Amino acid sequence: MGNIKYILGSFGDPDEMMHGIEKLQENNIKIHDVYTPMPIHGIEAKLGVKRSRLDIAAFFFGITGTITMLSFVYYAAAVDWPINIGGKPHFALPDFIPITFELTILFCAFGLVGSYYASSHMFPGRAPRVMDLRATDDRFVIAIDAAQNPEHSKIDNLLKEAGALEIKYNERKYVSYE
Amino acid sequence: MGTHNYNFTEQFEFTGKPKMLSIIGIVIGLAAIGYGLSDHELHERTFANLLLMAYYFAFVCMSGAFFLALQYVAQAGWSASILRVPQAMARTLPLAAVVLVLVIGAGLYSHNLYHHWNAPGLTDPSSEHYDKLIAGKSDFLNVPFFMFREVLFLAIYSFFAVMFAKNSVNEDLEGGLNYYNKNFKYAVVFLALYGFTTPIFAFDTIMSIEAHWFSTMFGWYNFASMWVSCLATIAVILILLKKSGYMPWLNNSHLHNLGQFIFGFSIFWTYTWFCQFLLIYYANMPEETVYFYKRLEYYKFWFYLNLLLNFLAPVFLLMDRDNKRSENVLLIVSIIIICGHWVDLYQMIMPGSVESHNGFGFIEVGIAAGFVGLFTFAVLSALSKQPLIAKNHPFLEESLNHHL
Repeated sequence: MGNIKYILGSFGDPDEMMHGIEKLQENNIKIHDVYTPMPIHGIEAKLGVKRSRLDIAAFFFGITGTITMLSFVYYAAAVDWPINIGGKPHFALPDFIPITFELTILFCAFGLVGSYYASSHMFPGRAPRVMDLRATDDRFVIAIDAAQNPEHSKIDNLLKEAGALEIKYNERKYVSYE
Repeated sequence: MGTHNYNFTEQFEFTGKPKMLSIIGIVIGLAAIGYGLSDHELHERTFANLLLMAYYFAFVCMSGAFFLALQYVAQAGWSASILRVPQAMARTLPLAAVVLVLVIGAGLYSHNLYHHWNAPGLTDPSSEHYDKLIAGKSDFLNVPFFMFREVLFLAIYSFFAVMFAKNSVNEDLEGGLNYYNKNFKYAVVFLALYGFTTPIFAFDTIMSIEAHWFSTMFGWYNFASMWVSCLATIAVILILLKKSGYMPWLNNSHLHNLGQFIFGFSIFWTYTWFCQFLLIYYANMPEETVYFYKRLEYYKFWFYLNLLLNFLAPVFLLMDRDNKRSENVLLIVSIIIICGHWVDLYQMIMPGSVESHNGFGFIEVGIAAGFVGLFTFAVLSALSKQPLIAKNHPFLEESLNHHL
């Protein structure tokens, strides 16, 4: 059993899986991650998952867009090629609010898609990293790091008691490369 | 999540400090009106302020009914446990409507309001006061038709507002889905009527003060203003109720939803404000720019204060998730927005009515205090008549377990 990397408890029912998480936590067994085919309410709090920092990233992507457009428009309309339009100042701020707004949104949206791909190790053309293929279909999977938690038979029993339909011992972290 | 044992029959008791303060507010308001009417010079300013607050009072209550209709049509679950507060506001709408019609009627009768289109000789070609533009608009802007529209619109809104509240109380007594479905049907009709008539209502009540000028964005701009100030008012009432020990089921996910609404519609308000401003600024046509010329020339402070309070403050204070979920921050932002929309209305009404004779003193503060007192008194007494929760609302369980 030396080269087992992850123990996977595969459940058919989300409530049983939540119960399994509780059981493992009661026995001080650290859960690596949980994979489910659908979002489950309250699971982040139970696993102690930290809040996503995507909103902070969004703010900075957005503000980058704002600054980019305002500086470009200032350069284009006031420095490089000033034109008198309706007698208004060259850098007539209200005129440039809509385009600044658009670029803020554009930078924010592209930036967020990029960050999402980067943080979830996904990219078009790249095989996604999946520990158990059925977690993308109809199974709710709890993954436990086998090296950090040496009491494998105890974990096995706990998962079975909680109602796991199947328990796998993966020798590779991800099964989806092949 | 899970089980709960809340007391669904608990009622709000309207006594003590809130009652005292609202009565003091009403007394201050009456004193301010008395002071304003005692001096002939101040008549117009008093009437402009009365119109401002009566309109504010009516549109917050109208939007309370709009909030209810929206929740019923969307079949929203999160709000089921807080509906009694907007229902209390909706129940106050008939009173607010009467006050607004009285103020408008008295203003028209005494020529203190709307004198721009309601003065002798304006539509008479032989008179020296003849105004071709006003004469052209006089089929629409004449006193009987104007009053008819005001009364009709407010009567429609009041009818639906009262029906929503009534059906909800009947639902408490009898249970079942019957009254919920009824409210759904009423809400569909109400939303259609409301959507088409509020722009006209805003054109009449506020835009006609400067009858030469027009903007098709004005109706939406006012709608955004009334909707966001109504949401802020609901938030203030809920948070103060929670702080005084009522509504234990109100959790910070409900506040988060309200906070998102307030944040989003503050930006929507800015969007409509800016749509109106940008087109006028860009096109630069004299008959349109006159509106902003007045505001930027004589009302510069109020003009920028308006944007500060209604756009910058909510955007920066409510952007963070934790701030939307915090009672204290949401309370402060809501109060800023309520004051902000007073400023918004102030810079909509004053430049056209009192022009450069505006001021900010006892009349403004006193009349505002009076109407806040009247609103608080009427809404809280309406709230104290039923239990604080609609116990047979079909989505109540979802609302009690609401978690974001």
